[in-house]
Amino acid sequence: MSTGSVSLHNSNPALRDYFLDDAYDEMFDAAGEVRPHYQVLLDAFQNMPEQELRRRKQSADLSFLTQGITFTVYGRNEGTERIFPYDLLPRIVTAAEWAHIEKGLTQRITALNHFLRDVYNEGKILADGKVPREIVYSCRHFRREMRGLQVPRNVYIAVTGTDLLRLNDGSFVVLEDNLRVPSGVSYMLTSRRVMKRIFPQLYGAYGVRPIDHYTQLLLSTLRSLAPEGRPEPTIVLLTPGVYNSAYFEHTYLARQMGIELVEGRDLVTHDNFVYMRTTAGLKRIDVIYRRVDDDFIDPLAFRSDSILGAAGLFNAYRAGNVTLANAFGTGLADDKALYAYVPAIIRYYLGEEPILNNVETFLLTDPVQRQHVLANLDKLVVKAVGESGGYGMLIGPHSSAEQREDFRRKIEENPRNYIAQPTLDFSRAPCLMGGPASASIEPRHVDLRPYILFGDKVQIVPGGLTRVALRKGSLVVNSSQGGGSKDTWVLND
Amino acid sequence: MLSRVADSLYWMSRYLERAEHTVRLLDVNMSLMLDRSGTTVEKRWNRVLAALGHTPESAWTGDHYQLVQTLTFDADNEASIRASIVMARDNARQVRDELSTEQWQQLNRLYHQVTEPAGYDGEVHLEEFLPAVIDGLHLFQGITDTTMSHGEGWQFIQTGRSLERAFATVKLLDIYSSDLLESNEDENDGYNYLEWIGLLRCCTAFEAYCRVYTADLSHDRILEFLLLNPEFPHSVRYSIDALSGALKAMQQANGRQQADGLTRLAGRLQATLNFVEIGEILEQDPARYLHDVLHQCQQIHGQIYRYYIQYSVQTALAT
Repeated sequence: MSTGSVSLHNSNPALRDYFLDDAYDEMFDAAGEVRPHYQVLLDAFQNMPEQELRRRKQSADLSFLTQGITFTVYGRNEGTERIFPYDLLPRIVTAAEWAHIEKGLTQRITALNHFLRDVYNEGKILADGKVPREIVYSCRHFRREMRGLQVPRNVYIAVTGTDLLRLNDGSFVVLEDNLRVPSGVSYMLTSRRVMKRIFPQLYGAYGVRPIDHYTQLLLSTLRSLAPEGRPEPTIVLLTPGVYNSAYFEHTYLARQMGIELVEGRDLVTHDNFVYMRTTAGLKRIDVIYRRVDDDFIDPLAFRSDSILGAAGLFNAYRAGNVTLANAFGTGLADDKALYAYVPAIIRYYLGEEPILNNVETFLLTDPVQRQHVLANLDKLVVKAVGESGGYGMLIGPHSSAEQREDFRRKIEENPRNYIAQPTLDFSRAPCLMGGPASASIEPRHVDLRPYILFGDKVQIVPGGLTRVALRKGSLVVNSSQGGGSKDTWVLND
Repeated sequence: MLSRVADSLYWMSRYLERAEHTVRLLDVNMSLMLDRSGTTVEKRWNRVLAALGHTPESAWTGDHYQLVQTLTFDADNEASIRASIVMARDNARQVRDELSTEQWQQLNRLYHQVTEPAGYDGEVHLEEFLPAVIDGLHLFQGITDTTMSHGEGWQFIQTGRSLERAFATVKLLDIYSSDLLESNEDENDGYNYLEWIGLLRCCTAFEAYCRVYTADLSHDRILEFLLLNPEFPHSVRYSIDALSGALKAMQQANGRQQADGLTRLAGRLQATLNFVEIGEILEQDPARYLHDVLHQCQQIHGQIYRYYIQYSVQTALAT
């Protein structure tokens, strides 16, 4: 990676550690000039005394803490709650950029949903040879049980959180589709609330599009997917329970939507209907927004050792008496080898060119591509196809010869299980770093996860979770590994 | 409200009440130890153990300080104060979103208080520690009453607390009653007086008793006060009145089924406590009366489960 350092046309001492190189910078253009939509933000922080900044930071901390936007630290200090790492500087997305993203995501989700419906029914795309059968049938998340099942409105993917990256030329690409049980939306919502309180003038001056209606949209999406003849459906959120790392989000969403938060042990199935046990007796459930993976949802149909689901749930689902969002088997379209075919899928169903591109992906089942990958393991990223969240990965440039040898062996043993992608140099956004005494603004790598809802139509609230790799030079945005989040402001114009 | 949620709130409340009762029992008896009395050390502590549901033979070792330590901090002893508070918190954690932030924080504070009890000097001072835990428990109750909606969940908390309290008081009376009844009122020699004060203090009832009967202690009055007083919050009658009220409010809130069996049981127990005279109890068999009340409390617990928590799917579908 070259460091063709461009000097900034700015003498602000807070920017003393700012640097530019090949990676796209959200705040400065290649010539070192401030992009117009970041000017107000930069001015505001430039003119803010150190003490004032510190006060606001403390106020934000307190706000996160009192809202309960925390995670519990287990072990000795059980019960102590910590706040999630976050950055005070918002990431700003212009109206034009957003319009492009919105169009691209809508197109992509629509096509993927067509694909799932097709594969679980007629299988036309397979017959036409646009997607190889062996890729589909060998996918760990393909659910044979879903064959021929009609889901309400033909919607499989009610909730998606697509991970986008911005490449050096400024274009957005899709890194992962996350079609199973994406999380993080509660941080998008709560950090917005905090930012509005901490920087009211700045927020007002920017004309940011609101996102607060997300939970309402989610509720109406779920309602629109209710089984027929249930005009006042009972909707619940199914959580794996208190030990799940996203439990805060589950309680938050349930509270915000005013629906019951249930666990598997609250559910009873009888005659293919699903009920929850309440103090007023059994209450029929129509829609389950499930935050439990396919494998664990019904011990009779899937993993028999699961205690997170409810026995008989899948049969009730097949009978059409209850809707699950997302549907079973959506993980198929999330498979990293299948990912390589998404552009073809979009062309096949919609007859359009993809608006948002994929990251270049090498399929290791193909001998030529495999040869190329094995020869360049030190430059590429290798990923296991069925995993998510950064597990089972080899990052070539940061790997040891031993690790590469290990992956070479694994790939040769089971090429279907891996794909390879180039090491990505994605965009950086300004972050507030340094201690309270010496705050400085420095660039850090960011991604963007917008949340897409699909009920009677595709809806995306303007915004998303911007995850940031707070450690200098790090490309890892996961919160377990030094990542944090920042608010995402989509502008009106 | 989900049955699981109601169950957790009910047990959280019962465990907290149990912890409070245990703390007070230990605290009062520790301070009584300082005075010489006619009652032997062994007898006194066996009484404490019995009131906490232990079989006396198994636990008494002759070292009362050791015993108090065990009953306070032993994580393996289910009846210890620590175990009760840990269980209360475990229950609360399952339904974290039903509680207010203030409640949760106070419960956490209590939890840390009993799991890491050493003071600044690294020592545990029981004589300071025990009253501090009671303060913490009282604070939690106050927070519960002022920060939580008084809906169905709150009523389950009231139910749990009232039932546990009635149960504990009856049990205590049962254990003391043989001593109380044996003693002749003429032998009011200061030793017995101390025992009676002890019993009243275990229920925080000494001052309240004096206000009604003056400091003139006699066994029938003590029994009457702790069993039948309509105004004192630790009396059995008061607890059952509160329980009955909470059960009624619950039925109204939830609206589905008339919990006939439960209403009948609670109403019957309430009526006997409201309309009985202490003389009748003493003339007949007080021990039997107390056992009968205990039995009815257990039945009420069973009925709460039957109607609200562990009802069978068949009966629920039939209605």
